[in-house]
Amino acid sequence: MNNCTIAFAGNPNAGKTTLFNTVTGSHHHVGNYPGITVERKEGHVQFAGTQLNIIDLPGCYSLTAYTQEELVARQVLVEERPDLVINVVDASKLERHLYLTVQFLELGIPVVLALNMMDDVRSQGITINVEALAKGLGCDVCPTIARNGEGKQNLLQQAIKTTNERQGKWQPLHISYGPDIDPVLNEMEQLINERNFLTDKYPARWSAIKFLESDENLVEQGSYDQTTSSQLQQIVTNLRDHCEKTLNSFPEAIIADYRYGFIHALLRKNVITFPEKEYRFDVTDNLDKFLTHRVLGPSIMVFLLYAMFQITFAFGEYPMQLLAFLFSSLADFVSRVIPAGYLQSLLVSGVIDGIGGVLSFVPLIMIMFIMIAFLEDSGYMARVAYMMDKVFRTFGLHGSSVMPFIISGGIAGGCAVPGVMAARTLRSPREKLATILTAPFMPCGAKIPVFLLLIGAFFSEYKALIMFSITLVAWMIALLIARLLRSTLIKGESTPFVMELPPYRWPTLRGVMIHTWERTAEYIKKAGTVILAISILLWAAMTFPGQTAEQATAYQSQQQQLQQMMEQATTPQQQQQYSIALIDLEKQQGAATLKNSAAGKLGTMLEPLSKWAGFDWRTNIALLGGVAAKEVIVSTLGTAYSLGAVDSDASTNLSERIANDPHWNPIAALSAMLFVLLYAPCFVTIVVIARESNWKWACFALIFNSAVAFSLATIIFQAGKLVS
Amino acid sequence: MICSLRQLQVNDKATVTAVNAGGEMGRRLRDMGLVPGTAIEIVGRAPLKDPVALRLRGFTLTLRNNEADYIYVDKKAPTA
Repeated sequence: MNNCTIAFAGNPNAGKTTLFNTVTGSHHHVGNYPGITVERKEGHVQFAGTQLNIIDLPGCYSLTAYTQEELVARQVLVEERPDLVINVVDASKLERHLYLTVQFLELGIPVVLALNMMDDVRSQGITINVEALAKGLGCDVCPTIARNGEGKQNLLQQAIKTTNERQGKWQPLHISYGPDIDPVLNEMEQLINERNFLTDKYPARWSAIKFLESDENLVEQGSYDQTTSSQLQQIVTNLRDHCEKTLNSFPEAIIADYRYGFIHALLRKNVITFPEKEYRFDVTDNLDKFLTHRVLGPSIMVFLLYAMFQITFAFGEYPMQLLAFLFSSLADFVSRVIPAGYLQSLLVSGVIDGIGGVLSFVPLIMIMFIMIAFLEDSGYMARVAYMMDKVFRTFGLHGSSVMPFIISGGIAGGCAVPGVMAARTLRSPREKLATILTAPFMPCGAKIPVFLLLIGAFFSEYKALIMFSITLVAWMIALLIARLLRSTLIKGESTPFVMELPPYRWPTLRGVMIHTWERTAEYIKKAGTVILAISILLWAAMTFPGQTAEQATAYQSQQQQLQQMMEQATTPQQQQQYSIALIDLEKQQGAATLKNSAAGKLGTMLEPLSKWAGFDWRTNIALLGGVAAKEVIVSTLGTAYSLGAVDSDASTNLSERIANDPHWNPIAALSAMLFVLLYAPCFVTIVVIARESNWKWACFALIFNSAVAFSLATIIFQAGKLVS
Repeated sequence: MICSLRQLQVNDKATVTAVNAGGEMGRRLRDMGLVPGTAIEIVGRAPLKDPVALRLRGFTLTLRNNEADYIYVDKKAPTA
């Protein structure tokens, strides 16, 4: 059977991912490009006896070295040399989308153009002459509608046909860049060819163009041949001076002008005809009148976000309760089947409690992701960035910081790991760094269980209100800290905002589902591996070394004494009295065991400090575990309480136990919620921060965030104590 | 009438005459299709008056006012 590697490429919002999903179905694999956090999506499909391996390249506007996405797209094309590029373009915005197409053609790689969103084109009354377009570009063109799969068969057939015809041969397109550039370009091309300068990877003319555009990446790659490189640089400098003096322009600007000129001329040759009456973007325009209105826009935004909480909790509660019930039944079952001892304790307190605590929140997280996917796919998220930019810039950030913040949990229930990764679209290192360092303050999905637990224990009537306030507080503190960082440690200018506002679209169910599933799977995977391991590790830390020999002996003699007295007891009242005393003794012994464990010792050691914020040693253990992964906090508290209180009645849930614990009160709960919201990012996030910046900043986040959290929690607790 | 893009009001139409930005900013603006000769129309401003949203080549782009300053346009007389 034939094998064929195809790269899907195109601008963001061209429907590239939708088409990728339509073509590959569910047979795809998501990973990362080595060393960077740009997502690498691959899929496989068999079509007409050919095995198609499809790479979904990240969306980009151009093939410059402007963003990591662009660099990745370029590297895949050059290093992996796929047989073909399927360039997905939004046919209703053909002129701009062809700007990228022309760059593929200049590179010379075989291209099939997927003329997507033909439904929009038809409804706008635009007609496109597909044959003329194909002839003008010199590549095959297939009309498609990714959302309903129209044109998919034809596209794949064409892709295979072109692949077989071209046999991987690159044929660069030559565009004229006018009288000033062309002669220089020819001179450079000749030099490059003579010296075989980078010609194993790039066509000579393409390298020359990139040198004229001062493409950092290519210039760096060319540094292996200093002589040729500096000769080329000299030519570029001369041309640059000439352009500045005579045309008051830059070579890269002239190149862009001519590229657009080429596209414009091509489209005017009977390729595209617009309706007589100019099309008004009715739906989007009318919606934007309300959704980005001065007063209505922000109000609707706050309302939408608030509605999201209500919906999530309304729908998420039932499956959550069901899962919690299933896991507690399982724990019951295991307790009955396996005799009491370390194995039972490990399975019940370590494994089942650990995994159950995490999995019972999956329904909630899924609903959250469904809604986030809906907002992203519908185009509303871009409006949020547009409306919020002014505010964000005030705090030294960028409108696009909204995304990392929201994904991290700005709409409660995200995760700081993809959130921090999402910050890579920020081009300015300073705004990116400030975003990365402050996004983990957001209430991520793993912190929510802790909030829910404490809300359930002390403020059950005000669930939605408190969750909403937590989110507002997170935003306030994140923004203030960002401002602080941007005016102290990360000073500097702001970056261009330049962003597309996509038309509103009704998201496809399939798209939202795939999106939701990918993120939920990520969460479960994390839960299943890291958290299980940590849960077991923590169980061990809380079980060993256990009580001292003296304690054990003392306990045994006390127990025997009580038992003897009970046997000798004459009245039922006396018997009952002794049996209560026995249970009390067991409880004390359990508490002593935990207190004497490795974790208990550390927690107790920290208690003199942590009591300023109202935390006892149990909370300390849980919070220490939370640095590994926030999901662990609740399960650790659960383990701590089920080990500390021996008569663990499975029906008494943790919330009730905490509510009845004298160490806890509403003020301590508020202080703990604030601390959990703000303190050290989880270990996975720290690793991602290190990857997106460096280890220095990752360690900074660990220490700085904890310090901020502890100071604020202490203030709340001490102030609360004064007031009450 | 030649003026900077910042000075345009919502619903104004104009043609780009020059983009006086180099480096990263210039590249970004050109990638999005802002080159001399492009017809644009201001379609809105964010609630806090900044950024500005404009339509060109069949799509909507947003820019900050201080970025709009680099772009010079020839404003068309309003058609009644």
